[in-house]
Amino acid sequence: MAIVFDRPKSLLDVTLSYCPGCTHGIVHRLVAEVMDELDIQGKTVGVAPVGCAVMAYDFFACDMIQAPHGRAPAVATGIKRAKPDNIVFTYQGDGDLAAIGTAETIHAATRGENITIIFINNAIYGMTGGQMAPTTLPNQVTQTTPYGRDVDSAGYPIRVCELLSTLDGVALAQRVSVDSVKNVNLAKKAIKKGFQNQIDKKGFSIIEVVSTCPTNWGLTPVEAVKWLQENMLPYYPLGVYKDGEKGDRLK
Amino acid sequence: MAERFLMKGNEALAEAAIQAGCRHFFGYPITPQTELAAYMSKKMPKIGGTYLQAESEIAAANMVLGASAAGVRAMTSSSSPGISLKTEAISYMAGSDVPALIINVQRGGPGLGGIQPSQADYWQATRALGHGDFHILVFAPATVQEMVNLVSTAFDLGDKYRMPAMILADGMLGQMMEPVELPEATETQAAPKTWAVDGHEFKRERNVVNSLYLTPNDLESRVKARFERYENIKQTEQRAEEYLTDDADIVVVAYGASARVAHSAVDLARAQGIKAGMVRPITLWPFPTNIVQKVAKTAKQFLCVEMSMGQMIDDVKLSINCSKPVNFYGRTGGIIPTPAEICEEIKILEGAK
Repeated sequence: MAIVFDRPKSLLDVTLSYCPGCTHGIVHRLVAEVMDELDIQGKTVGVAPVGCAVMAYDFFACDMIQAPHGRAPAVATGIKRAKPDNIVFTYQGDGDLAAIGTAETIHAATRGENITIIFINNAIYGMTGGQMAPTTLPNQVTQTTPYGRDVDSAGYPIRVCELLSTLDGVALAQRVSVDSVKNVNLAKKAIKKGFQNQIDKKGFSIIEVVSTCPTNWGLTPVEAVKWLQENMLPYYPLGVYKDGEKGDRLK
Repeated sequence: MAERFLMKGNEALAEAAIQAGCRHFFGYPITPQTELAAYMSKKMPKIGGTYLQAESEIAAANMVLGASAAGVRAMTSSSSPGISLKTEAISYMAGSDVPALIINVQRGGPGLGGIQPSQADYWQATRALGHGDFHILVFAPATVQEMVNLVSTAFDLGDKYRMPAMILADGMLGQMMEPVELPEATETQAAPKTWAVDGHEFKRERNVVNSLYLTPNDLESRVKARFERYENIKQTEQRAEEYLTDDADIVVVAYGASARVAHSAVDLARAQGIKAGMVRPITLWPFPTNIVQKVAKTAKQFLCVEMSMGQMIDDVKLSINCSKPVNFYGRTGGIIPTPAEICEEIKILEGAK
């Protein structure tokens, strides 16, 4: 019998550590499919964050390094500057990228660092058990916002793609989701463009994936997708915030 | 004889790193090491290297982690408050067996402290440069020439033992000018970095550079293996200079800038008929325990001289199990002691015996 659907070669044949219904698995698969299609596994170095995806170094078949919390863009910068012919990507969550690693993210972007960032925004710290993230929605209940995120004391969520789109070093800033077949396909196209930009030396590319965290949201996987559609997507509109190459100014 | 140049310590450190094959420098401005980064920014673009001014010392050190993990010789430099920020990445380097060169041109502390020379980061360098069970190699030059020589040594030994190495200098050594001979440009002599993450190209197993071991037994065995390596380093890499120790009753122990002053103080004491000598540690980790122990067999007492409130003195006492009195004289806050001050201390000890 012919095999019509198989594991991408760039994804190792191991059990992922993610919870049931979490969208990390889908995004991992998309990144691996893109690596296969662009035939870049052999020269790719992935940078794992601190957070739920910390063990991404056990999942991707390319060379991997594990970075300190938030520092993945700096570590990726070091690799890319040392070995410009390698393809370097980071895979980071919202706490890692938009709280502790804000400076590293913004400055890698503004330098037009020729790297690709996959940014998982699920509005919560997953690994540590569901605390407020920089992208937690107003009034959203988490372990550390038990009465809901009070914007007067905890401030407002950060819209990362909008923020980064103002920087001239950015080639691609696109927000996608994997909540439907259509959006999975769009997400894959965006991820592929993010890697292709790097191959073409166009500058910094970030693909933000609005994601679910059923465990820490306290919802079933199906409810979580619905919650994402009803609450996350209005606050974090999907779309292309910048698409070009470094040096381009946002119009 | 090779050509001699009059160079500032900070610039000599930079040129020596380039001669040692380093082509990737990641920095952040801070006094009194600034000339080092400025030199790199001028030189690196002309030789196909990377000079990158990072957004913070934290980022700079993490860029070094990335570049070193990709297999090249990479370095960063800073001064005391900036080194504190680099400790995160240094701990990760130690935990994932990645070599790198870190230069600390020390200034006074704690906090923002001052910008004058100091040796108050000894504990930080030798005990606690980041969280977790680990050591880094620490070298303490006392002249601009020795700074030059130790840069290539630090790179070579860092590569050999797969661990970060530090040059612990200070504001005086960084800012002073002395004639130096630059070594011949050397390529790395170390074995190929087969562990580096630079793309497997389907020609080898994939490499992973990582410090996370969630199973306690795994982590313990990794740390223990690293400490076996440290034990080997302790036996083979101790370095110190002895001066007039053969018949010395009072042996001064001092490193770096304070050793230069103490050297003069020993001469002053000798001129007054006091049998003084000096041990000058060149490696601070591993501490030259064997040499201090040997000297302790004939010395009557020790005098530790530091530009701090007394940090290295702990290692002197531990080296000889407090078998002889170990005294202390120090200035801190950015003050360099004078030979006369130190000689006076030697005379007091001589009189009190």
